[in-house]
Amino acid sequence: MPELDAVDRQIIDKLQGEFPICERPYAEVAARLGITEDDLLMRLERLLADKVLTRFGPMFQIERMGGAFVLAALAAPEARYEEVTALVNALPQVAHNYRREHQLNMWFVLATETQDGIGAAIARIEADTGLPVYAFPKEREFFVEMKLEARV
Amino acid sequence: MDEVDRALIVATQGGLPLVARPYEMIAGKVGISETDVMTRLKGLLDSGMIRRIGAVPNHYAIGWTANGMTVWDVADEQVDRLGAVVGALSFVTHCYRRPRALPAWPYNLFAMVHGSSREECSAKAEEIRLLLGDACRSNDILYSTKILKKTGLRIGG
Repeated sequence: MPELDAVDRQIIDKLQGEFPICERPYAEVAARLGITEDDLLMRLERLLADKVLTRFGPMFQIERMGGAFVLAALAAPEARYEEVTALVNALPQVAHNYRREHQLNMWFVLATETQDGIGAAIARIEADTGLPVYAFPKEREFFVEMKLEARV
Repeated sequence: MDEVDRALIVATQGGLPLVARPYEMIAGKVGISETDVMTRLKGLLDSGMIRRIGAVPNHYAIGWTANGMTVWDVADEQVDRLGAVVGALSFVTHCYRRPRALPAWPYNLFAMVHGSSREECSAKAEEIRLLLGDACRSNDILYSTKILKKTGLRIGG
């Protein structure tokens, strides 16, 4: 894993939300961090290239726009794991996908612009892989605040 | 949400441009003014259509190498009350009630925990178990071993 210095850690910890909406947002954040705008931009580019950050930008709540996010899982036979991964990941509706240790060993999040899009994506994955997909739509959200400080 | 908002999503879902005036660059793509981009983004934030604007770290790369999806079979009549209690724990990053898929999947409460080791995650799961007490019939923890994809939302342009 790439080495992070103290400024990188500050960027990761301070920039997980509340990015300003103004003409020069990076300059504003850089001033807060005590670095230059150019330094901040270069560091963000590097953190993204090194995959320390997976993205930088707005996180949309597609549900508030008529769409849906649904967690789903399937049991991929070990011998077919890579092939099934490629088939599942090929769908743009698959926003995240994690391998997990369980009989259900592939867990992914579908994000679609309409409610109907979920059923269509699941049907497509089942047809492409020949495997049943279990859908776990959220019935109630108790808490979501995905902010973790850098520990390295 | 109108067509312009939709165009804004398409223009920014892959990330904000890393240039001094990112909103001006987006404005050029969408065909509206920089001021309009900023006004609309603020509107989308206020209405909750944008949850937040910022960085999404790869947990593994920043030291959170263990991530466990803890799952619990909680009595239906108690799951909403207890879900709120579990969700309020400082170390739980997501907490949802979801349907069971019997017989393969008996769990209806999902809570994500993160740590630098599996021991740290299982200690956190143990705290949840104590909170749930007798209302919990069975539980499991599913550790992730690989990120297979993490692009986020992608709607068609």
